[in-house]
Amino acid sequence: MAEKVLKKGNEGIALGAIHCGCDGYFGYPITPQSEVMETLMEEKPWETTGMVVLQAESEIASINMVHGGACCGKKVMTSSSSPGLSLMCEGLSYLAASELPCVVVNVVRGGPGLGTIQPSQGDYYQAVKGGGHGDYKTIVLAPFSAQEMYDFVGLGFDLAFKYRIPVMMLTDGMIGQMMEKVELRPQQARLSDQEIVSRYGSWATTGKTSDRPKNAVTSLALESKVHEALNFKLQAKYAEITEHEVRFETLACEDAEYLLVAYGSVARICESAVEAARAQGIKLGLLRPITLFPFPNVEIQRMIPQLKGILSVELSAGQMVDDIRLAVEGKVPVHFYGRLGGMIPSPQEVLEACKAHYIK
Amino acid sequence: MIMDVKDIIKPENLVYKKNKVLTNNVMHYCPGCSHGTVHKLIAEVIDEMGIQDKTIGISPVGCAVFAYNYVDIDWQQAAHGRAPALATAIKRLCPDKYVFTYQGDGDLASIGTAEIMHACNRGENIVVIFINNAIYGMTGGQMAPTTLLGMVTSTTPYGRQADLNGYPLKITELIAQLEGTCYVTRQSVQNAAAARKTKKALRKAFENSNQSKGTSFVEVVSSCGSGWKLSPVQANIWMEENMFPYYPLGDLKDR
Repeated sequence: MAEKVLKKGNEGIALGAIHCGCDGYFGYPITPQSEVMETLMEEKPWETTGMVVLQAESEIASINMVHGGACCGKKVMTSSSSPGLSLMCEGLSYLAASELPCVVVNVVRGGPGLGTIQPSQGDYYQAVKGGGHGDYKTIVLAPFSAQEMYDFVGLGFDLAFKYRIPVMMLTDGMIGQMMEKVELRPQQARLSDQEIVSRYGSWATTGKTSDRPKNAVTSLALESKVHEALNFKLQAKYAEITEHEVRFETLACEDAEYLLVAYGSVARICESAVEAARAQGIKLGLLRPITLFPFPNVEIQRMIPQLKGILSVELSAGQMVDDIRLAVEGKVPVHFYGRLGGMIPSPQEVLEACKAHYIK
Repeated sequence: MIMDVKDIIKPENLVYKKNKVLTNNVMHYCPGCSHGTVHKLIAEVIDEMGIQDKTIGISPVGCAVFAYNYVDIDWQQAAHGRAPALATAIKRLCPDKYVFTYQGDGDLASIGTAEIMHACNRGENIVVIFINNAIYGMTGGQMAPTTLLGMVTSTTPYGRQADLNGYPLKITELIAQLEGTCYVTRQSVQNAAAARKTKKALRKAFENSNQSKGTSFVEVVSSCGSGWKLSPVQANIWMEENMFPYYPLGDLKDR
């Protein structure tokens, strides 16, 4: 039987990284996610799996270390929280443009500015719409438990290498700090240098051997035609991801007339709101996007005929709600309920907000 | 008899051959630019050490961004100033590789100051090649951190003034203070003798990098005729007369 341990979400990320055969972690301390690097330093994976763990001088250095490692075909990652992610956005743009796989975790805190160290979902736009310069996207996974924090590191690397794209885990201080049961997976071996050459030798900087031309990993293309072609290639990849990699979970949606859409920590509060609504005879359901890009547009559209209204519940001023509105194209009323600054709504508040809009 | 150039290019007439680690691509550098010479020296060192399959270069943002077109090894292209962070990760993840960054003065001594200081301070076992021509070449001749006082650039049209622009940054002297560096030297390539010394320095730096000794840092005081608005010959004379007194050549550290 698999070992079960009691861990914080942030600790889950660290263990998930080691157990999925991650080659390197590069990070810089910032609340509320410092436990990721602290746990890694305590676990000393360089003595067991050979994983490199390094405290960088800044988030800018961290993401560029990830760039260097990713170019070599290594499974590399970083984690940070909101202000740190802002600093990483330039690097993310380079990684996306260079088609490099990596995992970047954002344990979101309240912004803008230095903001607060309390949980928030205010970085949805930054994560889902790109954040850095240019037309690019990252796959965005939204874990809602310590177990998913643990599992999604490995899932993130699988997707990152499948599509050669940065994968972001967008979570928040509540999931990061919360202790829960985590079921551990068996230790996966890191790839050997030979395996990396055979899998990724066509693009990775594994050393130019006589049997292949040099690999130069770059995002530069000064010729307009060439650069447009590069952009089309990226867009085609995003379309493929949109078609194949949408992940979501539903609760009580079969007969739902009203739908809550929520991800991450708030989705758990919404689960309780759905229970409370059902107890009152209100046909409320929950759709929890697990991937924020690609967004579960199709599932929301499928439900339109049965719905009288949708409520997007977020720890933000209303960001994901835009994507829901794009999905429903005005066919169903869409409202927003959210709290800011680290304030967490209760299930009752969510239910009251839903009733206020739809059940007069 | 009228001879064609094809009649002259014969194996028996060759006195000099392009190194095989240098590609056949025509360089985009301006006449008299030091980059081409330094690229050639790097290619020779890699060839002579037999490490073409083990060397990974990181090209900067600036004129040398296209270094990957000329030296036939695997390359990574870094964001402006961040090459030492990439190099750090490569060397730690692939310790058997020879890893070098190739950076200009804007890249290394301005926007990338934090990355170079910390990589050197950690004693990363990498080679840093620092091209100091005291100007931003690719963007059209703006003031660099290493621009000399009084020097005219497009953003110091009346000459660099200390009270307005601060002082030219002797970053190599700062780097030499860091415990993590094992070899810090300042060289040039304006004539054959200087180029030979630079090649020797590069060779030592590459050899150091697989001996766990720390960071090797090779500055090459370079000319930028286009940026300085001088002919190649005038640029070399100007460099000797103005750059060398402020940036004196020689080893700053060797241990």
